Amino acid sequence: MIMKALLKLKTGDYVLLALIVAFILFVAYRVEGALNYNWNWAPIPNYLIRWDEDEQRFVTNFLLEGMFTTLRVCFYASIMALVFGTLLGLARVAKNLAIRMLARTYLEMLRNVPPLVILFIFYFFLSEQLVDAFGIERWARKIARSETAEYWSFFFGDMRKFPALISGAFVLALFESAFVGEIIRAGIQSVGKGQREAALSIGLSWFDQMRYIVLPQAFKKVLPPLANEFISLIKVSAIISLISVPELTFRTQELASATRLIFEAWLTTAALYFVICFGLSYLFRKLENRSAVA
Amino acid sequence: MNQKEAVIELQGLNKFYDKFQALKDVDLTVKSGERMVICGPSGSGKSTLIRCVNRLEEHSSGRLTVNGFELDENTKNIREIRQNVGMVFQQFNLFPHLTVLENLTIGPKRVRKMSNDEAEKLARKYLDRVHIPEQADKYPAQLSGGQQQRVAIARSLCMEPEILLFDEPTSALDPEMINEVLDVMVELAESGITMVCVTHEMGFARKVADTMVFMEDGEIVETAPPEKFFTNPDSDRCRAFLDQILDH
Ligand SMILES: Nc1ncnc2c1ncn2[C@@H]1O[C@H](COP(=O)(O)OP(=O)(O)O)[C@@H](O)[C@H]1O
Ligand SMILES: [Mg+2]
Repeated sequence: MIMKALLKLKTGDYVLLALIVAFILFVAYRVEGALNYNWNWAPIPNYLIRWDEDEQRFVTNFLLEGMFTTLRVCFYASIMALVFGTLLGLARVAKNLAIRMLARTYLEMLRNVPPLVILFIFYFFLSEQLVDAFGIERWARKIARSETAEYWSFFFGDMRKFPALISGAFVLALFESAFVGEIIRAGIQSVGKGQREAALSIGLSWFDQMRYIVLPQAFKKVLPPLANEFISLIKVSAIISLISVPELTFRTQELASATRLIFEAWLTTAALYFVICFGLSYLFRKLENRSAVA
Repeated sequence: MNQKEAVIELQGLNKFYDKFQALKDVDLTVKSGERMVICGPSGSGKSTLIRCVNRLEEHSSGRLTVNGFELDENTKNIREIRQNVGMVFQQFNLFPHLTVLENLTIGPKRVRKMSNDEAEKLARKYLDRVHIPEQADKYPAQLSGGQQQRVAIARSLCMEPEILLFDEPTSALDPEMINEVLDVMVELAESGITMVCVTHEMGFARKVADTMVFMEDGEIVETAPPEKFFTNPDSDRCRAFLDQILDH
């Protein structure tokens, strides 16, 4: 694909490309000269994967572990957001005015307050209390010390960080549910009125109408925008580094301050985010085209 | 066939869409086993009338009784009533994400609480009845319009209703497919089910109707048995309408 695009370039395009490359080199040179920065890329691969002497095998390190935590958090957050969002979408088209108004209020609050502020409000006022109330912290620490720790950590990473992970996922889900809810509302409304009427006329209950007739058609229609929301969630998820969830951004901060490899660490992390997000959007587009053909 | 009871009764029924009055003081009685055909110009309120009967539209005032139950905002058993009143739409309204068989079994399974096997047996029986047993595993989009409408009829029949409502079932069809649907409807009419049909297919009406109804501007203008309706209607408006649609 890229090769084909390159072949199509004209002379003018080459000049432009050359200028861009020159500019990047210039910036890199200035960073080195003006900031007196010594580029040192050599240690970076080690922070992705390192050789474990004890176990005699390669293990993921810092940055890759952070990336996996990011993916885990986003995965759980998306599932929760899908559940909340579906409820919200249904509430938005409810017959009952009170339900519609509640849904609208929830939505407007989440949409008009910065995610970061929602994060802090939720984390400091609610999360700590909930985590305490359910004894999650104690439970997680117990697991971390138990035999099955490895099994659990496949799903949740380091179990000692579990409370933060769950809080992070939950607050992302809350934030994301507003967007998912609107997408699903649009999906529900795109299903023709005749479908509801046909379902009514054979006597299906409201729940069955939604479960079997409306939502399946709605989800099919909104799968592409939902996939895009997942990708944007991965980017937004960087904010939960502020509540010490050991995800990619948090780990990069740690690494940058411990090693002073500031530019290298952040550029590597940028590349990781890019690869995930671009890769996923490429994949989703492929799948979408495939299902459009089928 | 003598002591036929009224299964649908409308008394002084009015329906408003905001300020616009779509039904004006309509009285109508449909008896058990009766086959009624309603016709009239577009916008005269035919759809509104039959949609009130299974409460897809709520009437504004007047009384409406179906199978002895009065329909109003307090009606709790509206779902029960709807099970007994099948509806076939102009646009078929099949569920596009379900196969033909699934379209037919969802009602029996979810509403009549039948097992998979029972529901499937029932569905195949009614697919036979509408002459498309071989299409069971296809999706609606893979069928012709005539086949889709026959599936929609079978879907209604699977609820084994006592009353069937048709709202211009052949109006969305290409001319060459109209007859396959009408044939099925004639067979149904002969089975003794109560039918209320909005249609302009006068050949069909002549063949099956016990009662003809002509509507205009939200009112019932003429109600008569077909012999009288087609030869000597009381109202000039009805006569003019018939001349117009029979003339080409
Ligand atoms: N949902 C609605 N809102 C407002 N007006 C409507 C609605 N449905 C029907 N009408 C109006 O009511 C009148 C009767 O419509 P309808 O019953 O569909 O007529 P018909 O089926 O005889 O063509 C028409 O003038 C139509 O514009
Ligand atoms: Mg109509």
